[in-house]
Amino acid sequence: MSEPVALKLTAKDFKSDQEVRWCPGCGDYAILAAVQGFMPELNIPRENIVFISGIGCSSRFPYYMNTYGLHSIHGRAPAIATGLSVSRPDLSVWVVTGDGDALSIGGNHLIHALRRNVNLKILLFNNRIYGLTKGQYSPTSEIGKVTKSTPVGSADAPFNPLSLALGAEATFVARTIDSDRKHLQSVLRAAAEHQGSAFVEIYQNCNIFNDGAFDPLKEPATRDDFLIRLEHGQPITFGKDGQFCVVHPPGGFGLEVRETAATPAEEIVVHDAGVADPAYAFALSRLPGLDLRNTPIGVFRSVNRSSYDTVVQEQVAAAKAGVDQTPEEQLAGLLSAGDTWTIL
Amino acid sequence: MTKQIRQLDRVVIRFAGDSGDGMQLTGDRFTSETAQLGNDISTLPNFPAEIRAPAGTLPGVSSFQVHFADYDILTPGDAPNVLVAMNPAALKANLTDLPRGADIIVNTDEFTRRNLAKVGYTTSPLDDDSLAGYVVHPVALTSMTIGALAEHEVSKKDAERAKNMFALGLLSWMYSRPYESTLRFLERKFAARPELVAANVAAFRAGWNFGETTEDFSVRYEVKPAKMVPGTYRNITGNAALSLGLVAAGVRSGLPVFLGAYPITPASDILHELSKHKKFGVVTMQAEDEIAAVGAALGASYGGALGVTTTSGPGVALKSETISLAVALELPLVIVDVQRAGPSTGMPTKTEQADLNMALYGRHGEAPVAVIAPKSPADCFHAALEAARIALTYRTPVLLLSDNYVANGSEPWLLPDVESLPDLRVEFASRPNGEDGTTFLPYLRDPETLARPWAIPGTPGLEHRIGGLEKADKTGDISYDPANHDFMVRTRAARIETIPVPDVEVEDPDGDARVLVLGWGSTYGPIGAACRGLRQRGLSIAQAHLRHLAPMPANLGEVLRAYDRVVIPEMNLGQLAHVIRAKYLVDAIGYNQVRGLPFTAAELETMLEEVLKNV
Repeated sequence: MSEPVALKLTAKDFKSDQEVRWCPGCGDYAILAAVQGFMPELNIPRENIVFISGIGCSSRFPYYMNTYGLHSIHGRAPAIATGLSVSRPDLSVWVVTGDGDALSIGGNHLIHALRRNVNLKILLFNNRIYGLTKGQYSPTSEIGKVTKSTPVGSADAPFNPLSLALGAEATFVARTIDSDRKHLQSVLRAAAEHQGSAFVEIYQNCNIFNDGAFDPLKEPATRDDFLIRLEHGQPITFGKDGQFCVVHPPGGFGLEVRETAATPAEEIVVHDAGVADPAYAFALSRLPGLDLRNTPIGVFRSVNRSSYDTVVQEQVAAAKAGVDQTPEEQLAGLLSAGDTWTIL
Repeated sequence: MTKQIRQLDRVVIRFAGDSGDGMQLTGDRFTSETAQLGNDISTLPNFPAEIRAPAGTLPGVSSFQVHFADYDILTPGDAPNVLVAMNPAALKANLTDLPRGADIIVNTDEFTRRNLAKVGYTTSPLDDDSLAGYVVHPVALTSMTIGALAEHEVSKKDAERAKNMFALGLLSWMYSRPYESTLRFLERKFAARPELVAANVAAFRAGWNFGETTEDFSVRYEVKPAKMVPGTYRNITGNAALSLGLVAAGVRSGLPVFLGAYPITPASDILHELSKHKKFGVVTMQAEDEIAAVGAALGASYGGALGVTTTSGPGVALKSETISLAVALELPLVIVDVQRAGPSTGMPTKTEQADLNMALYGRHGEAPVAVIAPKSPADCFHAALEAARIALTYRTPVLLLSDNYVANGSEPWLLPDVESLPDLRVEFASRPNGEDGTTFLPYLRDPETLARPWAIPGTPGLEHRIGGLEKADKTGDISYDPANHDFMVRTRAARIETIPVPDVEVEDPDGDARVLVLGWGSTYGPIGAACRGLRQRGLSIAQAHLRHLAPMPANLGEVLRAYDRVVIPEMNLGQLAHVIRAKYLVDAIGYNQVRGLPFTAAELETMLEEVLKNV
């Protein structure tokens, strides 16, 4: 196979002529810049890239990308993108969504897109708040969240987006942070290379309604002790001095954080994103506490399973194989199938 | 013994039994035999929503009515001349529909004390004189079938299940039907189990021979072939015809058909049928819900496919937000609503026309779509093509309002010549359309159709962003400008209103009618049959039938005003009448019925006669 021609695109080629209208200081700017900066790496012509979104602040994203883009309706982007992806396997289809869009009004479409393993790259901007409707709590807000709609605190427990995606047996699950462009782009790269659904949660700061939600993961004083940077094939250790590690205690169901110094090296879990059983990645997704300590970022899971698109297109191709009639001839045959009679 | 042979011009037979008795299949086979003979046919199945209601109970009764004649007929018949009742429940559930003098063939084996008690008979109607007004033929169907299969290597249960073939054999003999197609069918159906082919064929023959030998059946009937337009025919249900119409639309447009659907009665058969036609490039997706089904279809349309979603009323309600998005995006989309009795779950297996208001108005904002309705089972084929034509040419959602009556009913279909079907080819946008030669304006319209360019992803140089937010004229950029919104709302209305649709035709053979009956959708048959009945009695009446409900034909106002009285029969509480009164200021009279059943020709004839008297 010959090497594809280098398109020599730059970030600028992916900027549309539309004025970006998020609030000044919004984490979405950083994500947009990171995505636009990453896109040339794909070496895919702009016309073959489609961004589809639902409703919410994050869903304005497609307007700012100089690709094909569809800003749809609340929660439905995965469904619309599924129809496009299945019927146009030649396209690179990206879904941009938020915690309300993907996990509340569109929860059903999200889990089914993941279970089908549709060839979509789903970027969920999680800011743990409703921004566009001006500050109600979201399905990822911590319990007890005081907002306009919950003056004495929210009463319902949040979703953990990665646990949910893994419960739906998503084949690619990752998390990254708006403020860490290098990491964000590394996760986008892995997502783009994945065949099938790639689910990427991006922690994103809403500086108006939920400012500082992820500060412990960003502040130089805390971030190294709070963040677990997952790397495939590497023992999971973290902390400023590598003083923490992740183990699988015998008899337990999940993973736990220990002090590295007190843990025999062979007991430290070596990260393997290719573990077939989603239970491992699920256990990783359960590590963070309410205070965001022990928050893994990176690729939790990346396994191979035929995508829905591929299977559907293979069925069509198999049915078409060996057909030597024109479509009109085939149609004439179909219409006159079964018991017919002729009147002269 | 030589039996007397009597000629009839038409017969209506109803096969009725428990839902496990195979009555739909029996009726279907009888219909196929009848089609082979060249009679005109119309059929109507009637079955419970429960897959297997408790055996022998009234809710579990399933029936299939077939009307065949030596002339062209329009309905499955108001009342059966013959009822085949496989058990007491089937007799009780159907007796009120039978005119005096009708033949009743009963399976006496099922008239046990227990089965009689299940449906509230204290004494057997076969023993008292409650059936005195009918010609009753008691036949021990079950035991004779088991007896006939004594030498066959099948279980007693399988032998008993073949009793429907015994009944079919008997009726096939009675009406002199050619049965080769049934034998071929049984070979296909039980190909994997040759012993069942043999048993069912034997049961069929036993039924046939029983007719020939028993003295209880002294007369055999013949119904001569009908004079029909020359050509090749097949018998087809509305759902099957609609499916083939969608396949044909794919072939004639050169586009892949993408169906997004969620299972729902009575529309699921379209999903089943289309899932078989992958070699035409048809992709079917059983979505997670109704919303995803239409969303995926719209996504496929965005990518250049013919996006279709099929459902019934409750599903359309769920899809409404996405249909509005399709209105805003101005993309082709076909939404099929096989209407059933509502509101809510209503009566899923019963027919109704009560989704017209929803089709016309059931969306937020000013969100007009085109609406069309087929008038008969075979017409569903052409209606599907017409829906696709409008959707593709005018880049709009089109709602196709079928209903349970046409969807599950069947009639002979004159097979069209493929080359004569409409040419639906479309042109995707391929180059910038701005005056500067480099800009692409996704909302710059074709002045004739008002359609915007269909620029599908993958086309270099036309990258653009669209969405549900209001768009500026031409550029498609987000716009909150008041004048622009007013302009866009009016333009979207004009897009639909100016779609050219054929004039409505009026059937008034006498030419002097003062009363017009206006219908839409599946009432065509009963209205037509009622009008014929009146004309045969020397009364003049005009009939017009609407296929296009949005936009309406340009000549409709003129047609309506040419008559002293306009009568609109509908299986709803007057939804079309309401539109006609509002739009044309015509004092139309509604005739409305919502019993989950189609109109009978007789009731319409009686009603229309009253109207005629009072003009």
